[in-house]
Amino acid sequence: MDFLQPTSLTEALDIMSAHPEALPILGGTDVMVELNFDRRRPAQIVDLGRVAELDDWGAENGRLRIGAGVTYARLIADLGERLPGLAIASRTVGSPQIRNRGTVGGNLGTSSPAGDGLPPLYVSDAEVELVSSEGRRRVPVERFITGPKRNSLAPGELISAFLIPEAEGPQQYAKIGTRNAMVIAVCSVALALHPSERQVAACVGSAGPTPIRALDAERFIAGVLEEGNLWESPRALGDTALRRFGELVELAARPISDVRGTAAYRLHAVGVLGERTLKWAWNDYCGGSR
Amino acid sequence: MRLTVTVNGERREVDGLWEGESLLYALRERLGLPGSKNACEQGECGSCSVYLDGTLVCSCLVLAGQAEDREVQTVEGIAPDGALHPVQSAFVETGAVQCGFCTPGLIVASHDLLRRNPRPTDPEIREALAGNLCRCTGYEKILDAVRLAGERILETQTAAQAGSKQVCDTSLGGAV
Ligand SMILES: Cc1cc2nc3c(=O)[nH]c(=O)nc-3n(C[C@H](O)[C@H](O)[C@H](O)COP(=O)(O)OP(=O)(O)OC[C@H]3O[C@@H](n4cnc5c(N)ncnc54)[C@H](O)[C@@H]3O)c2cc1C
Ligand code: FES
Ligand code: FES
Repeated sequence: MDFLQPTSLTEALDIMSAHPEALPILGGTDVMVELNFDRRRPAQIVDLGRVAELDDWGAENGRLRIGAGVTYARLIADLGERLPGLAIASRTVGSPQIRNRGTVGGNLGTSSPAGDGLPPLYVSDAEVELVSSEGRRRVPVERFITGPKRNSLAPGELISAFLIPEAEGPQQYAKIGTRNAMVIAVCSVALALHPSERQVAACVGSAGPTPIRALDAERFIAGVLEEGNLWESPRALGDTALRRFGELVELAARPISDVRGTAAYRLHAVGVLGERTLKWAWNDYCGGSR
Repeated sequence: MRLTVTVNGERREVDGLWEGESLLYALRERLGLPGSKNACEQGECGSCSVYLDGTLVCSCLVLAGQAEDREVQTVEGIAPDGALHPVQSAFVETGAVQCGFCTPGLIVASHDLLRRNPRPTDPEIREALAGNLCRCTGYEKILDAVRLAGERILETQTAAQAGSKQVCDTSLGGAV
C-alpha cells in the first residue's frame, strides 16, 4: 500500500488521474474502520487532510460553498446560524471525537442511507461539486447519491465541496436511535421552510435505499398553507393537517427491516418525526424566526 | 514508511510503519506509549482518545501518516513526570477507576472538557463524554470525578488570580 499526501488540489488530482482506484481519506472515521478490520486494502491511499482548498468555506452567488473537508465540529461552530438544519444533524453524529474529524465530504463519499449529513442537503437542494483532472462538475445531491453506499463519483474524481443556500426560514432534523449519542440513525427526517418559494421541503433518512424527499407531503402542506394564506398571516397548523403531513411522509419511505429496526417501526417513526419537525419549524415561523 | 511526529512535546522519528496502520498502533507499538488503549478500533469506545494538534480525536481512526509533522498529546503527556493532573487525582479519589481500561481515554476527554469549561453542567459532562465507554463504574463516579476536578481547577485559577492581584496591589502600593 502506498500512502500519498498531496498538499494542493492540483497535486491530489494528478495522483487520482495516475491511480483512479486510489482510496481518498479525509477524517478517516469511515475509512479507518475498514482498514482496521481488514475490509479494505487499497493499493494507494490518498490523505486529503493537507489540501487547503478542501478546508475552506465561503459565499458564492448567494449560496454557501463548503469544502468537503470541513468537519462537523466546524460546521456547528462556524455555520450553525446559517445552516441550522445541517448543524442539528451534525450534533447528532457520533461523539465529540467523531465530530472533530468526520466531514460532510466523507459522509457523501460513503453515501450511506443513514448518513446524517445527507437529508439536510436534500431539503435545501444542495449540489455536490466533483473535480478531476478533466475539470469540474456540479450535481444535485439527489442525483449524486444513486443507491445504498453508491454514488456517481467517476474513477479518479474527488468531491471538492457542496453548495447550499443559507437558511431563509426555520429548519429541523430529528433522528431516532437507542441513545442520544453514538448511534446510526434507525430513521430520521429533515425539514426546511423556504418562505420565499412558499415551500416546505421534507426528506426521510435511513428509511430507504437513499434519503428520499417526501414530495406528496410537501405538495399537500404547500396547499394547506396557500389556502389559509398562512405564509402571510401565520397561525398554528391544525392537528388534522399535521397528521396528514406525517402520513404522507410515511408513504414516501421505503424502509427495510434490519438489526436497528423493523420496516414497520421505521414507517411509523418517520410519520411521527414528519409531524413533529413540521410542528416545530412552523411554530418557529409563527414566532417570528423567518 | 517513516513517521516524524511531536509526541508530548518531544520530536520523535520512527521507521518501518505499515502505511495502513493507525496512530493508536504507532503510539502503542512503535513509540512505547501504551497509555492509549485499544478496545474497539472503530471509534466506539474512546479509550484511545488523544489530542491531535490540540483537538480531541480517537487515535484508532487517524491514519498514522496523517500525524506526520503534527503534535500529539497522549494521556502520558497530561501531567509532568511523577505528578498527577487534577483530573487524574479526582478520578482516583472518587473511585472513578475500577478495571482502569477506559480511564486513559476518559482522562483525556475530561481534560478537554474542563480546559474549555471548568464548571460544566451534568448534561454538558454527559455530552462531552458520550464517546467514552466504561463497562465497570456505571458512570456516576466518573461524573463525580469530573465535577471535583472542575472545582479544583477553578480553585487553583482563583488562587492564582488572587496571587497575581496581591502582587499587583503591592506594586501599586509601592508606586503610590
Ligand atoms: C463511532 C462512529 C460513529 C459514527 N456516527 C455517525 C453518525 O451518527 N452519523 C453519520 O452519518 N455517520 C456516523 N459515522 C460515520 C462517519 O463518521 C461519517 O460518515 C463521516 O461523515 C465520514 O467522514 P470522514 O471525513 O471521516 O470520511 P472518511 O472516512 O475519510 O471517508 C469516507 C468515504 O468517503 C471517501 N472520501 C473521502 N473524502 C473524499 C473526497 N474528497 N472525494 C471522494 N471521496 C472521498 C473515502 O474514500 C471513503 O470512502 C460514525 C463513525 C464512527 C466511527
Ligand atoms: S479503540 Fe479507538 S475508539 Fe475504541
Ligand atoms: S473502569 Fe473498567 S471500563 Fe471503566
